[in-house]
Amino acid sequence: MIRHLLSSADLSKDDAVLILDTAEELLSVASRPIKKLPTLRGRTVVNLFFEDSTRTRISFEAAAKRLSADVINFSSKGSSVSKGESLKDTALTLQAMGADAVVIRHGSSGAPHRLAHASWINGAIINAGDGSHEHPTQALLDAFTMRRHLGDLDGRRVTIVGDVLHSRVARSNALLLSILGADVTLVAPPTLLPVGVDSWPVQTSYELDGALDKADVVMMLRVQGERMNDAFFPSAREYSRRYGLDTRRMRRLPEHAIVMHPGPMNRGMEITADVADSARSVIVEQVTNGVAVRMAVLYLLLSGSTDAESTEAREEA
Amino acid sequence: MSAHVLRDALVLGERRADILIEDGTITALADSLDAGDAREVDATGLIALPGLVDLHTHLREPGREDAETVLTGTQAAARGGFTCVHAMANTDPVADTAGVVEQVWRLGREHGYCDVQPVGAVTVGLDGTQLAELGAMAESVAKVRMFSDDGKCVSDAVLMRRALEYVKAFGGVIAQHAQEPRLTRGAQMNEGELSGILGLTGWPAVAEEAIVARDVLLSAHVGSRLHVCHVSTRGSVEILRWAKSKGWDVTAEVTPHHLLLTDELVRSYDPIFKVNPPLRSSDDVAAVREGLADGTIDCVATDHAPHPMEDKECEWSAAAFGMLGLETALSVVQLAMVDSAMLSWSDVARVMSTVPAAIGRVEAHGRPLAVGEPANVVLYDSGASRQWRSDDTASLSRNTPYAGRELPGRVVATFLRGRPTVLDGELAEVPV
Ligand SMILES: [Zn+2]
Repeated sequence: MIRHLLSSADLSKDDAVLILDTAEELLSVASRPIKKLPTLRGRTVVNLFFEDSTRTRISFEAAAKRLSADVINFSSKGSSVSKGESLKDTALTLQAMGADAVVIRHGSSGAPHRLAHASWINGAIINAGDGSHEHPTQALLDAFTMRRHLGDLDGRRVTIVGDVLHSRVARSNALLLSILGADVTLVAPPTLLPVGVDSWPVQTSYELDGALDKADVVMMLRVQGERMNDAFFPSAREYSRRYGLDTRRMRRLPEHAIVMHPGPMNRGMEITADVADSARSVIVEQVTNGVAVRMAVLYLLLSGSTDAESTEAREEA
Repeated sequence: MSAHVLRDALVLGERRADILIEDGTITALADSLDAGDAREVDATGLIALPGLVDLHTHLREPGREDAETVLTGTQAAARGGFTCVHAMANTDPVADTAGVVEQVWRLGREHGYCDVQPVGAVTVGLDGTQLAELGAMAESVAKVRMFSDDGKCVSDAVLMRRALEYVKAFGGVIAQHAQEPRLTRGAQMNEGELSGILGLTGWPAVAEEAIVARDVLLSAHVGSRLHVCHVSTRGSVEILRWAKSKGWDVTAEVTPHHLLLTDELVRSYDPIFKVNPPLRSSDDVAAVREGLADGTIDCVATDHAPHPMEDKECEWSAAAFGMLGLETALSVVQLAMVDSAMLSWSDVARVMSTVPAAIGRVEAHGRPLAVGEPANVVLYDSGASRQWRSDDTASLSRNTPYAGRELPGRVVATFLRGRPTVLDGELAEVPV
């Protein structure tokens, strides 16, 4: 298993499948009356959130606690990360506290990468979303959710729609889903597809309707209305007309297809309320699955290092 | 009076000779000179070049003396073989008045390691709205001839036109940092395949090329001199080649780092590689090398940009743009251009001394190594090789992108007006 989880691209197919299988086992814990496993007792997991994301932070916090880890929350919105304190100084503080894993959310692409490679800190680094780079645990929980509905993802068709340019979810999903053998189509206006997307392991389309007929999954990305002020598209209305998922478009989907959204949704912009609340929508389930997948990631990254340490200890003895 | 004789130097890497330096002037250049009691310097196997001239240096004084001062910057320059550097105007206060440029010029003279030729700001406070008092700076003791808002682009076409026209009155040149501001808002790295993967906002080549194209046309239209700073893309090279084919009075520089490094280094997210204009693709590197070799790009300029460690030991988007360059420039040019047989050593003298001095209109620099000429000389051991260390520097800053890299060559001695500023590879004591 890898040491850090910075990008979906860090995962081999075997790694990814192991995480998903482990999450499947751990999901059963959630349905027990006592939702706790002793696995990470005595280990410290730090949630380091430079960007506000209560949902993701709570999901990681619940995951760590269910594995009996000690959890420390550092967030820039509270007082624990003071304004102007550098990433380096924060990292040195966490190192001094003996953090075994740092879950980091940061507005700057590559910040988790810096933590993992700048030799400020020894713990495992887990990227909980960095700038417009990646959000690999979101992709894992999306894949997990898809797998529960569709079985093996090999050859499955996934259509991801929206602001790919600024979306870390789209990057992580495109990479992970192709590692798992799915066929991914990114749909967006040309302004919201990154330069160089031709080199990604995906298809692209500027037109939504055609990408729905054979889709097993359609994932709608959040689109911020402010993007129109930067001329990415003319108006919110035109955007939802061309790229929004409404009931009419949902009818084009095959019977078994599911609708996903990483949240938070802009109802009425990229997705209409009746689609979001329809039977095809697995959006609420995504949240539940998030905890199980994050448990699996913490368990595999941290128990891996325990094994290494105990092996070393044996050799010394 | 001081006298040195440089024994058995390879003048421009071509012919062996002794060089006698007396009272700041080259007084003899021949085989087996009788040098009297001049101090002997063994230059066997060392290449002698005219003192290097940099058109693009950030000395940070006044204002950011924590990053660099005129003293430390000129010491770094001397260690890199430079005898004259052009100090960029983006200091605090901005070098937009005769007072500031005279202060910077005088500091260079007082320290004595390297002449400092101030570059004046084009607009007041680099604000891009009102012309600075270009004439007053030109007439000051600093005799400013090059004007630049470097770090910012003079993006207003009318202001750029007027600036180009206005400096004709005193033989000035506008050095443009070509960056269309609207196309580069929040830009972090070269826009290409990699920026999309890394999720970093792209700095597209077209943002440079659009300004280069506009400015060569403006320069032709008003018949004035334009200098393009740190050319980084193939498209810019092609536009410049076309402009030169028309006979327009346009010159350009390339930095050592754009001759060697590519955007692949950004994969590390290590801001030591964050620079403006950004590191480009390997195809762009090939193009600027070709451009420098065929004369489309006239010279090499370092864009030496010191930054304190805290501005680099952070996440990418929070980091400052810029890298050190003075002490590694000659080595990097050797590696990129000479070792690849694209330039000879006399070409290196041309692109790192003669031509930049001519563009900056500094008369006592960039002169040939010949009897009667000012004794600004660098002795360089091209056979040496060393692993670069970030702490092996005279600069106050450590932001070199070459740490840990094997670089060829070593500056053994630098003479400024006959006086050694570097001897045996070490900074010399310079009497004030
Ligand atoms: Zn510049």
